Amino acid sequence: MLYREAGDFKTSYAADGQTFPIAFDRRRYQAVLVLAFGVVPFLVNDYWANAVLVPFLIYAIAAIGLNILTGYCGQVSLGTGGFMAVGAYACYKLMTAFPEVSVLLHILLAGTVTALVGMLFGIPSLRIKGFYLAVATLAAQFFLVWLFNKVPWFYNHSASGQISAPERSVLGLAVTGAATAPWAKYLVCLAFAVGLAWIARNLTRGSLGRQWMAIRDMDIAAEIIGVNPLRAKLTAFAISSFYVGVAGALMFAVYLGAVEVGEAFGVNKAFLVLFMIIIGGLGSIFGSFAGAAFLVLLPVLLKNLLVDGLGWSTALAAHVELMIVGALIVFFLVVEPHGLAQLWRLAKEKLRLWPFPH
Amino acid sequence: MPDQILFALEVTLNGLMAGVLYSLVALGFVLIFKASGIFNFAQGVMALFAALTLVGFQTGQVPFAHLVNVLFGTHVEHFGWTMPTLAAIAATMAVMVVMALLVERLVLKGLINQAPIILFMATIGLAYFLEGFGDIMWGADIKRLEVGLPQGLSETIDAATFAWFGYGFFIDRLDIVAALVAAALVVSLTLFSQYTRHGRALRAVADDHQAALSVGISLRAIWVLVWSIAGFVALVAGVMWGTKLGVQFSLSLIALKALPVLMLGGFTSIPGAIIGGLIVGVGEKLFEFAVGPLVGGATENWFAYMLALVFLLFRPQGLFGERIIERV
Repeated sequence: MLYREAGDFKTSYAADGQTFPIAFDRRRYQAVLVLAFGVVPFLVNDYWANAVLVPFLIYAIAAIGLNILTGYCGQVSLGTGGFMAVGAYACYKLMTAFPEVSVLLHILLAGTVTALVGMLFGIPSLRIKGFYLAVATLAAQFFLVWLFNKVPWFYNHSASGQISAPERSVLGLAVTGAATAPWAKYLVCLAFAVGLAWIARNLTRGSLGRQWMAIRDMDIAAEIIGVNPLRAKLTAFAISSFYVGVAGALMFAVYLGAVEVGEAFGVNKAFLVLFMIIIGGLGSIFGSFAGAAFLVLLPVLLKNLLVDGLGWSTALAAHVELMIVGALIVFFLVVEPHGLAQLWRLAKEKLRLWPFPH
Repeated sequence: MPDQILFALEVTLNGLMAGVLYSLVALGFVLIFKASGIFNFAQGVMALFAALTLVGFQTGQVPFAHLVNVLFGTHVEHFGWTMPTLAAIAATMAVMVVMALLVERLVLKGLINQAPIILFMATIGLAYFLEGFGDIMWGADIKRLEVGLPQGLSETIDAATFAWFGYGFFIDRLDIVAALVAAALVVSLTLFSQYTRHGRALRAVADDHQAALSVGISLRAIWVLVWSIAGFVALVAGVMWGTKLGVQFSLSLIALKALPVLMLGGFTSIPGAIIGGLIVGVGEKLFEFAVGPLVGGATENWFAYMLALVFLLFRPQGLFGERIIERV
């Protein structure tokens, strides 16, 4: 009875076009934000921050990025890991070169660098389509990882070939390095995730987002009605890479602290983020969060259940996890191709009519 | 002849041989793509799975031993017998056919009429599933695969080239066998698709699904057939690669090597898979030989992809692929 648009009169265009047209939704959204910013930071401990919340938020940002490219613009990319690596290494170089500048600015700049690299690798998409493009983006993945491994300039000639984040603080509060409090890590990631999700939501329902969706649904038809494919595809690649780059920078600077490129940003990362948006829902911002939450929580859950609960070996549990993830991908594609986001939409639709569905 | 040219020649020959092995994997991709329009990412994992199963049967391992031991507290590992190679190969093939049936029943049936890219992502899911399944079934340790294929330096070629150039070429005998097997495979697949009833049905499906349906060809039966054949090709590739590298997880990564081969050769052409494989094999070996030392080596990881990417810019359908015609 709460979940109704009835009686909620819109008196301006702005009110008519808002993201959450139903008052209950709006308040729920605000409540989630208050909870996330105001309550969770006081409750969060080291385990929850490092095992669940921080990776969830970072992967959510990466998933939104890939969703912009794949879900909204229809260009399948398997280069996410490589672009995350670009973000991480750009952030590292900026942090060490300009120590006096705020690390938050560095993270955004790292995203910008990644956007430029993404545009470069997006150029072939104008001629190459479908699978051919998916495979072509693997070129970015393998080349970038190799580059960061082999050119010592990128890791400042460190002996181990790793990069590790120096200690930096925002407003006198450590956010990178070993001394960072779990709630500080969480808040930084949350701020980025919420801000970027808000921008993405509004981008995708504006003119640019509609151009992307037109290209996704049929690029030739889109071209005929006046969408410039060059502009649409390259902006999708740029903005998507910006998000992925920010996610990579956060993952390196805030979450992991020290990174070896092949291990942290290998081709498996690219598949993982792709799985997140398939399970969560292609072409949905909420789906990106849902998919990220699902695939971050699943291994934690399975580990708790199988290794700690039943005493299985970690190797066996890892194999079971592979099987479950694979089976889930197929299951979701067969039964609900639009993912968790579609289940959410259906639930909301049901709720609107409840308790009198006829 | 100067040494550098001889080295380059040897590298080229080895590249050709490696290319044949890439082609073996790429063949499986092409078969499935032609018959069902599905880009089967799981082909590499299928090769791994086939090789694992073959070793498991040969050495008489108990399937799911780890799981059974954990669940029931037993300590079973081996049945205590070994299977002759041919019987093990036949048993493995049976497993691959069962897998084809299950894939058709559980995955493809539910995805009829979906966009090709959705099917592609489903096969990525299948690849993950199969990888976990294979590891649970047979264990994840590195295994030796011994099916009686010759291995090591080929003395004949070494002696012959030494007599000609005063420098003996190193060619692995396994690579020569692989080349012969690949040739035999292509010839037999061509004969099968040209002269048998099922082969013709297969080509009809590849041409046009609806037209094939309307003349009474069962799409689903053909798909099972195609996936079985792809399973067979995966088995052959798994045996070759498994003998070369040992049966281990990295075997599934050869799928990633086969992708640029496909892009070069075109997704729909069997000769394209062979020639693409040769180009990639020679190209990456020569590039590593000539440029690798200057930039720190390990260029084989990405060279094939970059080559394919640049090549596609000029010819988006690959060397032998069908021309892509787009209509609104």
